[in-house]
Amino acid sequence: MDIKVYGPGCKRCETTEQMVREAAAKLGIEAQVEKVTDPRQIAMAGVMSTPGIAVNGKLVHAGGLPDPAKLEGWLQNG
Amino acid sequence: MTTETQHLPERRPDWLWHAGVAAFVVGWWLIYRQLIPFSEWLTSLLPVDRHSHAGEAIAFFLYDTPKVMMLLTLIVFAMGVVRSFFSPEKTRALLSGKREGVGNVMAAALGIVTPFCSCSAVPLFIGFVSAGVPLGVTFSFLVAAPMVNEVAVFLLWGLVGWQVAAIYLVFGLMVAIVAGWMIGRFHLEGWLQDWVRDIHAGTADLDIPDKNLSMPDRYRMGIEAVREIVGKVWVWIILGISLGALIHGYVPEDLMARIMGVDAWWSVPAAVVIGIPMYTNAAGVIPIVEALLAKGAALGTVLAFMMSVIALSLPEMLILRQVLTLRLIAVFVGVVGSGILAVGFLFNAIF
Repeated sequence: MDIKVYGPGCKRCETTEQMVREAAAKLGIEAQVEKVTDPRQIAMAGVMSTPGIAVNGKLVHAGGLPDPAKLEGWLQNG
Repeated sequence: MTTETQHLPERRPDWLWHAGVAAFVVGWWLIYRQLIPFSEWLTSLLPVDRHSHAGEAIAFFLYDTPKVMMLLTLIVFAMGVVRSFFSPEKTRALLSGKREGVGNVMAAALGIVTPFCSCSAVPLFIGFVSAGVPLGVTFSFLVAAPMVNEVAVFLLWGLVGWQVAAIYLVFGLMVAIVAGWMIGRFHLEGWLQDWVRDIHAGTADLDIPDKNLSMPDRYRMGIEAVREIVGKVWVWIILGISLGALIHGYVPEDLMARIMGVDAWWSVPAAVVIGIPMYTNAAGVIPIVEALLAKGAALGTVLAFMMSVIALSLPEMLILRQVLTLRLIAVFVGVVGSGILAVGFLFNAIF
């Protein structure tokens, strides 16, 4: 599974990346988590409020910390 | 959706949340009313004369710190709930294709309520421009969002008075509207960084989950906002109040009237220039504003200082440098700075 976390590097973005890694580990999902910090790539992904999360190329979340329960849902459906 | 609901933790009933929020507001109000006697009592315990310089400064600090913290908590919570009804994506949809003029007014107003953090200014800027929001309208939003925010307005209300808060709100919006409109008239789209013009931002149609949020969800977002914002700005607040306390206790009134009074015309441009490299949150600058006004500084000068500190910040310009050329940043600073100057001179002339 390919997961991208979009964010220029503010604290919330780092927390989000950590949450994604922990959720994937908890569910036993093998995931490549990539942190995208380049503003061009963030914009091209359609993210306007960071942090954003894309699972297998599909944007599932933008703006603020994700809800842990929903995060697990995205990982399981992705 | 079914898989999502399975994982949601067991929910407390809605009425419990409503009752909890109501109880919190009542408790807040009861404590808030006791702050003056409490701070006076605390100051009287200290071995300083209440009417000495140190006594005045300490009383100011002990009263303002809990007051600002309490006001901030309530404001941030309430706005966290309100903002859960808005998102940058919705704002963009409302603004795209809007004519200039109407668009500038809407953008400035939406800037107050749309969740915005300067760390995502760049993706937001590109998202707006590439979706057909005119450049000038985008600037109206970018000026209003940090400057005319709820923290600034309600803290001014609580510390200085509702008249000054209303003036700040109205004239802050006007600066944002007029500055954005002028930048739009200049037709400076060519002064964006090259890559921004070529970009085709994805318009991923996000299924934004806030469509079906329940009230407890929104309360939770309010609590999250309090934890995040109050946790981030408390240092600035303590710094601002300390500076305010020093001004309150030690700066002689005639000195302040001389250098920041109505008669010192040059104090307005000086306030704007000093404000640019200063970077603090609205919550940090307002205790300083409170102390300056109490010492006889002119309202226009103080408003200009506050607007400059919040709206024209060096770190934000460095962030925007990624999408704007230096020339465009210079125009931005020039136009917004002129607007702030105009507000400062206007108020010094009226009052």
